Amino acid sequence: MGISRRIFIKTAAINSAVAAATSLMPGASFGAWDNIESPSGKIVWKKTPCRFCGTGCGLLVGVSGTRAVAVKGDPNCSVNKGLCCVKGYHSIMALYGKDRLTKAKVRKNGQMVEVPVSEALDLVAEKIKSTIDKHGKDSVAMYGSGQWTIPDGYAASKLFKGCIGTNNVEANARLCMASAVTGFITTFGLDEPMGCYEDMDHADVFITWGNNMAEMHPVLFSRMLVNRNRRKDVQIIDFATRNTRASQASDKSILFKPQTDLAVANSICYEIIKNDWVNWDFVNKNTAFYQGKTNIGYGTEDHFKFKDEAQKSSFENYKKFLEDYTPEKVEKISGVPAQDIKYLAALYGDPTKKVTSFWCMGMNQHTRGTWINNLVYNIHLLTGKISTPGNSPFSLTGQPSACGTVREVGTLTHKLPYGVVMKEKARRKAAEIWNVPYENIDPKPTYHTVEMFRALDRGDIRFMWIQVTNPMVTMPNLNRYQAGAEKDDRFIVVSDVYPTPTTDIADVILPAAMWIEREGFYGNSERRTQHFEQIVPATGEAVCDTWQIVEVAKRMGFEKQFPWNQENYIEEIYNEYTKFHDNPKHRMAPYDVLKKRSGVQWPFVDGKETKWRFNSTYDPATTREGIDFYGKPEGRAWIWQRPYEPAAESPDDEYPFWLNTGRVLEHWHTGSMTRRVSVLHKAVPKSYVEVNPDDAAALGIANGENVKISSRRGSMVMPADVNGRGRPPRGMVFVPFFDESFLINQVTLDAFCPISKQPDYKKCAVRVEKA
Amino acid sequence: MPIFSYLAYPEQGAKRNLFESLKQLKNCQVMPSGNEELLILVTDTPDDESEEELQKKLNQINTLQCLSMTFGYVDEKTKEFNKR
Repeated sequence: MGISRRIFIKTAAINSAVAAATSLMPGASFGAWDNIESPSGKIVWKKTPCRFCGTGCGLLVGVSGTRAVAVKGDPNCSVNKGLCCVKGYHSIMALYGKDRLTKAKVRKNGQMVEVPVSEALDLVAEKIKSTIDKHGKDSVAMYGSGQWTIPDGYAASKLFKGCIGTNNVEANARLCMASAVTGFITTFGLDEPMGCYEDMDHADVFITWGNNMAEMHPVLFSRMLVNRNRRKDVQIIDFATRNTRASQASDKSILFKPQTDLAVANSICYEIIKNDWVNWDFVNKNTAFYQGKTNIGYGTEDHFKFKDEAQKSSFENYKKFLEDYTPEKVEKISGVPAQDIKYLAALYGDPTKKVTSFWCMGMNQHTRGTWINNLVYNIHLLTGKISTPGNSPFSLTGQPSACGTVREVGTLTHKLPYGVVMKEKARRKAAEIWNVPYENIDPKPTYHTVEMFRALDRGDIRFMWIQVTNPMVTMPNLNRYQAGAEKDDRFIVVSDVYPTPTTDIADVILPAAMWIEREGFYGNSERRTQHFEQIVPATGEAVCDTWQIVEVAKRMGFEKQFPWNQENYIEEIYNEYTKFHDNPKHRMAPYDVLKKRSGVQWPFVDGKETKWRFNSTYDPATTREGIDFYGKPEGRAWIWQRPYEPAAESPDDEYPFWLNTGRVLEHWHTGSMTRRVSVLHKAVPKSYVEVNPDDAAALGIANGENVKISSRRGSMVMPADVNGRGRPPRGMVFVPFFDESFLINQVTLDAFCPISKQPDYKKCAVRVEKA
Repeated sequence: MPIFSYLAYPEQGAKRNLFESLKQLKNCQVMPSGNEELLILVTDTPDDESEEELQKKLNQINTLQCLSMTFGYVDEKTKEFNKR
């Protein structure tokens, strides 16, 4: 690269840093650097949300010719204010891995053979039709992702639910966000957070529940640290089952035994009531008390069914229920010292402090995921610390459009873009907008994700189309589902950008256009819809996932429902989709507005975004002054009595360790993209098992030596990491799941929350020994 | 090889010390804010080894609380592109 070009790039680097700094700290001065202006160069900068996590950072991608060559944080995006994490800055390199899937492939005589994309699409359409003819409409399924763009998920739902008439549509967000959804629905009657990231600029106390934000949401964690630096009285409390980078950067780290967050949350409420820290005015006006079923099971058997029943309760009943959760009693269950429980309660209970709680997979991947979401809401409701700037119970998402696509478009078996399939009003609305007969839309949900893969194994499902996800790495109890997918007479279509263990089991592989190789929208954790245009050409013969679905729909005879052409189909689909949400509770910004801005929060009413829902100062959908939880009758949120119940499987003499699984900063989910980026791959080249140093010493395991981890379902041999970036307590090991060479989900258990149907990847029993 | 820019946050009261430490590193430009506890760091390394070496040295600076990246550029891609 020539010197002038290098100087130009460095100038852009400096300007990005200055812009980020002044966005985070208005008025920050950098002397001479403030005045450096970017010379006009050959790089054109285009806005897009980041491809990876659910934070929704705004990026500016620098394009030279037809190639993306640089990335900077978008200082105009209020999410990240010019910051980005190491994945975001290397995101464009994931476009250009050597083994990108550039051509369609079809299995012929046991071999994958390259074919024109049109021939592969013909086969997909023909196979769906012939499978339905032979086995019925519920024998075909679509499995997508929180990385689907909004138009991808919308087209999939319309084809399968509206046209074919099956509710066999699920997405991997069931594995990461379903408990958040059922938590919101059961407490507030409506999904998605009431607050926004701006809460970080107002909160005095941040409490993270089982959430390693420093690695999983590093930009948001940076914003918390900036606030702590600027406002000296800000505290960050890490409440977790293992010591992580987030623990190390927090003011206080409190460890609890797996699953006992339920007991601790109840104990915090006990203390709040005992010390009369209840905000009675708020509670009397805005809440109601309920209880549900108990001993609700774990879903480890096929065809497991559960339906909760809400029964009205009272404050007095609730207070009595909490008597089982004194800090002293809970110390014995949870291992958390009673004084630490009282400390947490005092932070929540202090009327002078604004408190924001953050959580993600620790609370959601939990066999009582719905309950623990309910219980943290209880804390905020009892103290009235909700729906006002700085007071937020905030469920973070893991994928860029888990909210935008899966939760809002409704790509889950029971959902429609507006409402649920069980409701006639929702089916009628969908039928009208989709231009299909009302009777087409089946009123009965079929399979949630775990049960869908069980149905594939049993043979109830014979055809599955998988887009933008890698279930042959991510399904818990993976051995069963790998074997099921590979059985004779199963037909699997996989749309992806790189070869994965899931493309290995495919009968058809469709090469997908990735991220900015096509136009799309994501929806992030804070109700922000984000548009991106096609910035670079698609690689090889890769086709946008949405257009793949449109082409198959047309081949199946649904031209009337899929009339669009390639010129403007994304805009047309978005405009059709937003008809579902044309009300003050969920109105979305028009296409033209989204094209101009780095994301817009819904409800978007009269040209204004809504930062805090349910608060009449900010939310146009409220019908009374002050707080109005309008998703529930009488505008009252529900405070639930939810007990502590143990995990589906706990350590015993035979399998004496907890196995906890998760992610690392450098890799996105199963690593299919980030492991193709040399900088990220070199940073963490392979997976490992974190072992507590005392356990390692007792087992005679040195750092880097191979360890065998065995459960009742499978075993895995992998290198030990002792005193690495994370440190589990004695009796627990932790394994990141990004590395397909170490399929740790062959060891995990497919138990799930009976309400949300989300599996628990954080707790099962294993034996650990030197290999 | 990569060019990165970062916001560098010092430990409390250590901005001057951090500035001195960063200034001594090869392949780095550093500029303290005149009115905030914050510095800007721009790194421009010639090869993989230098980048890894620099990252190690940054990790060893005890007055550095954290680095937040604000820009990343890797020019290998442009080289490949220009060869076409």
